[in-house]
Amino acid sequence: MPTKPDTRKTADLPPKGDAAETLVEVEDLQVHFALRGGMIKRTAGAVKAVDGVSFSLRKGEVLGLVGESGSGKTTLGRTLLGLAKATGGSIQYRGRDLAKLKESELRPLRRSLQMVFQDPHASLNPAMDIATAVGHPLQVHGLAKNAEERRAKVAETLERVGLSPAELFMDKYPSDLSGGQKQRAVMARAIIAGPELLVADEPISMLDMSVRAKILQLFLDLKNDLDLTYVYVTHDLASAKFFCDRIAIMYLGRIVEIGTAEEIFANPRHPYTKALLGAIPDPDPHRAAVPRELPRGEVPDAALPPLGCSFHPRCPVAVAGCGWEARDLGALLERHWMAAGEDARLAESALFGHPQELTTAGLRSVALTPGKNATAVDLVELLERVREKTSDDPFWRGVTGIKGAAGKAHVTFAEGSDPRLKIVADATRADRPLQVACHLVD
Amino acid sequence: MTTANGTDSTTRTGSGTSRDTTAPVLAARDLRVWYGSERGPVAAVDGVTFDVRPGETLGLVGESGCGKSTLGRGVLGLLPPGAAVDGEVRFAGKNLVDLSARQLQQLRGPELGLIFQEPMTRLNPLMRVSEHFEEALRTHNGDLTKDEIRTRALDALRGMGIPASRYESFPHEFSGGMRQRIMIALALVLRPAFVVADEPTTALDVLVEAQIIQILADLRRNFDTALVLITHNLGIVAEACDRVAVMYAGHIVEQGDAREVFANPQHPYTQALMRSTISLSTTGLHYIPGSPPDLAHPPAGCRFHPRCPKAMKVCAQEAPPEVLLPNGTRNTCWLPVPDMTTADGRRPLEVEEISVADEA
Repeated sequence: MPTKPDTRKTADLPPKGDAAETLVEVEDLQVHFALRGGMIKRTAGAVKAVDGVSFSLRKGEVLGLVGESGSGKTTLGRTLLGLAKATGGSIQYRGRDLAKLKESELRPLRRSLQMVFQDPHASLNPAMDIATAVGHPLQVHGLAKNAEERRAKVAETLERVGLSPAELFMDKYPSDLSGGQKQRAVMARAIIAGPELLVADEPISMLDMSVRAKILQLFLDLKNDLDLTYVYVTHDLASAKFFCDRIAIMYLGRIVEIGTAEEIFANPRHPYTKALLGAIPDPDPHRAAVPRELPRGEVPDAALPPLGCSFHPRCPVAVAGCGWEARDLGALLERHWMAAGEDARLAESALFGHPQELTTAGLRSVALTPGKNATAVDLVELLERVREKTSDDPFWRGVTGIKGAAGKAHVTFAEGSDPRLKIVADATRADRPLQVACHLVD
Repeated sequence: MTTANGTDSTTRTGSGTSRDTTAPVLAARDLRVWYGSERGPVAAVDGVTFDVRPGETLGLVGESGCGKSTLGRGVLGLLPPGAAVDGEVRFAGKNLVDLSARQLQQLRGPELGLIFQEPMTRLNPLMRVSEHFEEALRTHNGDLTKDEIRTRALDALRGMGIPASRYESFPHEFSGGMRQRIMIALALVLRPAFVVADEPTTALDVLVEAQIIQILADLRRNFDTALVLITHNLGIVAEACDRVAVMYAGHIVEQGDAREVFANPQHPYTQALMRSTISLSTTGLHYIPGSPPDLAHPPAGCRFHPRCPKAMKVCAQEAPPEVLLPNGTRNTCWLPVPDMTTADGRRPLEVEEISVADEA
């Protein structure tokens, strides 16, 4: 039966994802991309796009992977389908480990594992008409006996995704369709072989805002009709709140918080989640437009991630044990100079003999070399002066000592550690507990 | 073609500006922009009237293809060859529509600024940040010394949170958010009185977007810059704009105080747009059926009538007047003016059902 996408039938369905079986079990998944050596001699050697991620996906559930660019959410989504190679960990699906399969072994499984990409304009071959494009999976997997059967199946699928009447669209080319229509065709191609799991990577972000709700509705309808399981990759928390059963917040290759959508939005625990939620512009005019506390800066370089908790350099509530290092002192000085003005910056930065001491990654203590006409005492005095001016900056919680010795200024930082995902004690859902990776909720 | 609408309405309601005392920085009256196309002339902006005052931010919202970007560029004289402009854009005693390309170019920079949508592609990859600033400042103030340029550029960059140590860096060494800040600093270093920001945060992450919105808010507070902010994100308008103009098919259909418009949307298009936005308070999905019309052949009467849930017979026949509503917003719709329509005209319009797949 062709289904119109605007019919809602969520009400009469049993609650999903509660007692359902586990479809995919991800254990300590790692996707590291090696950095080339040559002219840039990196000692780190790898970008940890996904760095030790574990979660389970239940049948019939919608799991949101939410984060900023560079958080690894897209790589994680692609790795689930074998489109990016895992360098460690496992992805259990129907008794097999997708992380270890070869491309030839993965191919038959792709019938059941499908992907919808972000840009509908780029995911359809411009030289292939819609009927051929949508029918392609049938051909690849040998699911239709002949051309007529294939065409009939394509027509049925197009009707199902709302491209109706199908005859009107079958012989068109992608350039004849609008953005929303293309995304419907992409959906048709994704479901035609009868998949079980669909990874949707920002499926509505390139669409015009008036179409987004329609396409999201189509996703919901197809999920109910075809008993699908979704992984929804997005940076848009508003649509994730509406669409997802569970949400995993990602930051620099890790999941920092995972739980049911209700729980995460009602009571976010991780400072990063709080910041993301606070940053969403809301059209509700009754919400007071108070100036929001935004985390400073941007997502750091994944090739040289911060020590300890990756979020600590931006975190407004970071504590001593979050993993402070020499680079954080460099960033603090930049902030101080931004406020102090150009003259102060020129005078004060001249006190440092080797500015690269402030930009080297991974230094839990640093011996700062004074500049030409400066001494270690000058440096220590400067740092104390800056500390006084910026005393409420979380950075100073991690500094254990500043002293001059042997002609250098020594700055030492508190012992830091990397917070692991832990179940929050007062989480309300015993079956799907809220887990947070933050020292503050230990 | 129905084009009398804009002119009629302005004479009918006055410009609606008498309540505000400050003189506008820029005033557009009945502005029209056409493009030539195979299907005939396309009126992308069709009779638009608005004012922007010092320190004020006007948000321009609407679906894609409603003429928002064309309007922003038309005001600055940045249209492609082959586009025709008519009407009036008053700025500093001049009508920008009448100026030559050369005269306009001299105004752009020191008087009129533009912040583009894609920060990744708008900076020259072969030029250092410092060279971008030198070029911008030298073009308009030939007598500045290198030190003066440096001081002004660093001031502008500091205002955007870019440390002075990055002044000699190349664009590729910055993230998208930083590049957009550099773009904004470049647009502002000449202190223009009027700036158009065309989707300045569209390609950016939520947190970076919020940072940019804060910067734009500081801007109008600190420098009295008049800003037209083009966006499809209603949340941004609600948070960053003083006034909002809702565009549909080349017309402004509703215009007024941003809080008032969002608290109390009057035009059926504004209402539909707000309902279709997915926000944190969304509990059900709504959308506007159909897609914006082909502007080469716009529908007769009100251009929104084929998609309007409240369409009346008169809507399909005559273009609605623009009226000043008691709440201070201006609205181009037949609904609030029962005395101007006949009883027959107010009967609901029988509309054809719009197919599900007819969408943008």
